Amino acid sequence: MAGTVLKTEAVPVRSDADVVMVRQRVRAWVNEMQFSLVDQTKIVTAASELARNTLEHGKGGKLDISMLQNGYRKGIQLVFSDDGPGIPDVRLALTDGYTTGSGMGLGLSGSKRLMNEFYIQTEVNRGTTVSCIRWK
Amino acid sequence: MSQLLEAIRSNRDAVLNEWLKNMREGISRRDLIDDAEVSEQATRMLDAIIAVTDESRIANLAGSEWQPIKEMLADLSVSRAVQGFTPSETALFVLSLKPVLFQLIRERWGNKAGELFAEITIADNFIDRLALHTTDSYIAGRDQVIGRQQEEMLELSTPVVTLWDGIVALPLIGTLDSARTQVVMESLLQAIVRTNSRFAIIDITGVPTVDTLVAQHLLKTITAAKLMGAECILSGIRPQIAQTIVHLGINLEEVVTKAKLADAFRLALERSNRRVTRTNSATPAAAPAQER
Repeated sequence: MAGTVLKTEAVPVRSDADVVMVRQRVRAWVNEMQFSLVDQTKIVTAASELARNTLEHGKGGKLDISMLQNGYRKGIQLVFSDDGPGIPDVRLALTDGYTTGSGMGLGLSGSKRLMNEFYIQTEVNRGTTVSCIRWK
Repeated sequence: MSQLLEAIRSNRDAVLNEWLKNMREGISRRDLIDDAEVSEQATRMLDAIIAVTDESRIANLAGSEWQPIKEMLADLSVSRAVQGFTPSETALFVLSLKPVLFQLIRERWGNKAGELFAEITIADNFIDRLALHTTDSYIAGRDQVIGRQQEEMLELSTPVVTLWDGIVALPLIGTLDSARTQVVMESLLQAIVRTNSRFAIIDITGVPTVDTLVAQHLLKTITAAKLMGAECILSGIRPQIAQTIVHLGINLEEVVTKAKLADAFRLALERSNRRVTRTNSATPAAAPAQER
């Protein structure tokens, strides 16, 4: 359930340095939106995980940050999109400990737990869009 | 074909003097470079331009005959970048030659509109391309500076400190990307060997984000230290980091963790059968901790 988009910003995810940039931009946004310190850390960590997924599995893409307003609630929406190979089995990818790379296999499932809403749209050989929202 | 080179050649001294005059007006950073050096660079540059043979076309800057000039400009820009000049000040070195050439062209072909226009176009193109080349080289020079600073920061940011005999601590600060974690791991393992330490405390108070990659690197470092016979204690886990780690599902249960560096230090002392006690006497010579 989305809401009215108040403002947006696009951040490229093309290199390791961009992942650092993603963390810094998301941190600036959640700080400005006055999320609690715990929530700030959760959102930034989820952004870091998803940005690295976009880079490593999606072969690079971009992040769109939006501030949402739904009634009295404000929230931050992070949309990571890439034109990479896609995810053949989303349920498997969301299993704790499952990885196709060399990581811990907790990035996708972990960030799902860190955010309130979490959607994956993917098509093999077309790309993946991971969209997630955290409400205040 | 251009006659411009010929014109420059026959008026070398006049052109050089005008150029230097222009530059002196344009460049205000006498504190960074002295007149003699600028004059020397300009003379070398102009002589290099003159030295280009007649057959080579002045319009074709990609040609090999212009290579020495481009290299000279590149060296100059890189050194200016390091000295702290702005890009415009660096480009001004070449650009201030333009009015001089225009003046020269005007004196020579002032009453022949067609040739005047042709020569001005060539000179304009020539100088612009040299200026662009200067700017490109300047940026390359800056990139070198940035790269070197990054390397310096990489080394600076990972100090391993000896807390006590046999106890080392590694206070981590900032982003732990893969390049840095490698350095961190190496310096910790080497410090363990060098100091014969049995305890290593890794403090992550200064790490803003602990995601799965950072956790994985930490776990690898801890495992490697364990293989070398050292026990690792992870400290500086702030409340928000602890909650995030739990939600992410990272298992740190096999790692000894403490909230504060002081707690970790106390634990390391205990495990090595030592204890910190308060002494009653106020003798300043007393050791801060007594070994037993």
